[in-house]
Amino acid sequence: MNAFQISWKNLKANPLTLALNLMLIAFGTGMLAMLLLGVKQVGERLRDNAKGVDLVVGAKGSPLQLILSSIYFIDFPTGNIAEEDAKVLTANPMIKKAVPLALGDNYAGFRIVGTDTGYVTLHGLELESGRFWAKDFEIVVGAEVARVQNLKPGDRVYGSHGLSSDEGMHEDHPYIVCGVLKTKGNVADNLVLTGLESIWKMHGAEKREITSMLIQYRSRMAMVTLPAMINRSTAMQAASPAKESARLFALIGVGVDAVQWFAVALMLLAGVSVFVSLYNSLRERVYDIAVMRVMGASRQTIFTMIIFEGVLLTTFGSLAGVLVGHAGLHTIGYWQGSPQARLDGLVFLPEEGFLLAAGLLIGIFAALLPAVQAYRIDISETMSKI
Amino acid sequence: MLRTTHLTKIFANGAALHFPDWNVGDGEQWLLLGESGSGKTTLLHMLAGLLKPSNGEVIVNGTDLYALRARELDRFRGRSIGIVFQQPHLIRSMTVEENMELAQGFAGAGKDSLRVREVLDALDMDHKRRSFPHELSQGQAQRVGIARALINRPALLLADEPTSSLDNRNAEAVVRLLSELAASQGSTLVISTHDDRVKDAFFKDFTFELSHERISDQLEKS
Repeated sequence: MNAFQISWKNLKANPLTLALNLMLIAFGTGMLAMLLLGVKQVGERLRDNAKGVDLVVGAKGSPLQLILSSIYFIDFPTGNIAEEDAKVLTANPMIKKAVPLALGDNYAGFRIVGTDTGYVTLHGLELESGRFWAKDFEIVVGAEVARVQNLKPGDRVYGSHGLSSDEGMHEDHPYIVCGVLKTKGNVADNLVLTGLESIWKMHGAEKREITSMLIQYRSRMAMVTLPAMINRSTAMQAASPAKESARLFALIGVGVDAVQWFAVALMLLAGVSVFVSLYNSLRERVYDIAVMRVMGASRQTIFTMIIFEGVLLTTFGSLAGVLVGHAGLHTIGYWQGSPQARLDGLVFLPEEGFLLAAGLLIGIFAALLPAVQAYRIDISETMSKI
Repeated sequence: MLRTTHLTKIFANGAALHFPDWNVGDGEQWLLLGESGSGKTTLLHMLAGLLKPSNGEVIVNGTDLYALRARELDRFRGRSIGIVFQQPHLIRSMTVEENMELAQGFAGAGKDSLRVREVLDALDMDHKRRSFPHELSQGQAQRVGIARALINRPALLLADEPTSSLDNRNAEAVVRLLSELAASQGSTLVISTHDDRVKDAFFKDFTFELSHERISDQLEKS
C-alpha cells in the first residue's frame, strides 16, 4: 500500500466532506473552464464571420448595429442606401472588393440575403448539391436551413417580410431552391442567398436600393482614409468590424470579468475548505498518524501523505470541473437560440491545463500547514495520552 | 538482545528519571512492573525508539537506536520492534487486512497476504479480516493490534498496559496469546503493566518466569 492509496482511503472515510470539497472545486473550475471556452469560441466565431471584411458601408446610424446586421445577421439593418451611391464608391481604387447585401425578408426565420457571387467567394462557400442562382427567384440555402426545413434543390418556398416573423408573406412569388450549401460553421449555414434582382422584383421596387456593402481594402493605406472619406462626404456611414467587435467585447468583458473573479474566489474558498477539512481530520487522526510512525513510517512519508490528500482532492475536483464545464457549455450550445455562434463543448484548449495546474497548487497550499503539523506529531507524547 | 545503559530522561519541567541498566536475553519474556507514574511508559517508549533519552543508550539486537538517523530509526522500528498499546489504535479508514498490509508496507517488507492470514489465524481473527475496526469488539480489536505488532516478525515485542481496557476473560487471553506468539515467533517480549491479572496469568501459565527480574522496585526508588 503506497502513500497514494492511504490518502485515498483516508479521503473515502469521510464521504460527505469529500463530496463537499470536490463539488466546491469542481464548481469553481467548471465556471472558469466554461468562461475560457465560451469567450474563446465566441471570439473565434465573431472573427471568422468577419474574415475578409475590412469595412461595412450602410445607411447612417449606429455603427455597431450596422456591423451586427450585415456581418452577424443579428440586429436590424440601419436602413437602405442607393445602389447608385454604392456603385460610385466601388469604383474607388482603394477598394479591392465590394459585396452588396440586400436584407429585409426571411424564410421561416432564416434571413434572405440578396447579394452577388462576391459573398460566395468572400466566405469560400461550396455547394453540397445543386448549383448557384442564375435566374430571378432562385435561391441557395445554407446547410442548417436545408436541414431544419428539409429542403432540396427544386423545392419552392415563400419568403415573408421582416427579419423573423411569418407575417406579410410574399405569396405571389415563390422562391425556387436551386442549391444547398455545404456546412461552413459560420453564419452562411443559416442564410438564404439569392440575387439582388430577386429581392427588388419581389418588392416591386422602383429604386434600386441595397442595405449595405461589405468592403475589402486593396492596401492598408485605405484603413486610414476611406472610412473618414465615406463618413464625411457621403450620405452613408462606414463601420469597421474589428473596431466594433472590440467595442462589443469590451462591453461583454465587464460581465465576463465579474463572473471570472467570482469563479476564482470560489476556487480559493474551495482551497480554504480543503484546508479546514484536512486540519480538522488531522485532530481526529493524530493516533492514526502516530501509529503509522510506530509502524515505521517516516516523518517525510506522513508529510507526503497529507499533501497527497490535498492534491488528490483538488486535482480530482478540478478535473471534474473541467469536464462539467465542457458538458455545461455543450448543453448551452445545444439549446442556444442564436445558431450563428453555437458553442461547442467538445473542443479542449491547452489553457485548461492551467486550470488543472491551479487545482494542483491550491491542493498543495491547502495541505501544507496540516502536513507540517502531521510532520511534527510527537509519537511518544501522543501515545502516552492513553 | 536488549541492553540499556545509563538511561536518563529529563522532562521539560526539570524532573529527571534515571533508569537502572537492564539486560534482556534473546527470547526472554519479561514483565515491567510499577505503579502509574513510575516511568513505565517512558522507559517502554525509549526501548521502542519513540522517545530519545536525555542520556544513555538503548541497544536492540546490536543496534544503538539513538545513534541511527531519524529515517533509519523509523525503518528499524518498523522491522524489528512490534508494539502493542493500551488501545489498539487501528486505522479507522482501513479493514483489518489493510491495517496489516500497512504495517508491512511501512516496514518496507512488501505485501505478503499469506503472512497476514497466518498471523490473523494465530489470533483467531482471520474471519474478520475484511471488517473495519468499528465493527470489532474491544477484545477483537486488541487482538488485531497484537497481530499488527507481530506481522513483521519483530525481534522485540513490547506491550504497554495491553490489558487495561479489557475484561477478565479477554485480559487473560491477550496475555496468553502475547506470550505464546512471542515464543513461537522467537521474539523477545516485554510487557509493561500494573495489572494483577497479568501478573497472575503470566506466572501461572509459564514456567520460565523464575528467570524474570522485577525492576519496578528499583524504578520506584529512582
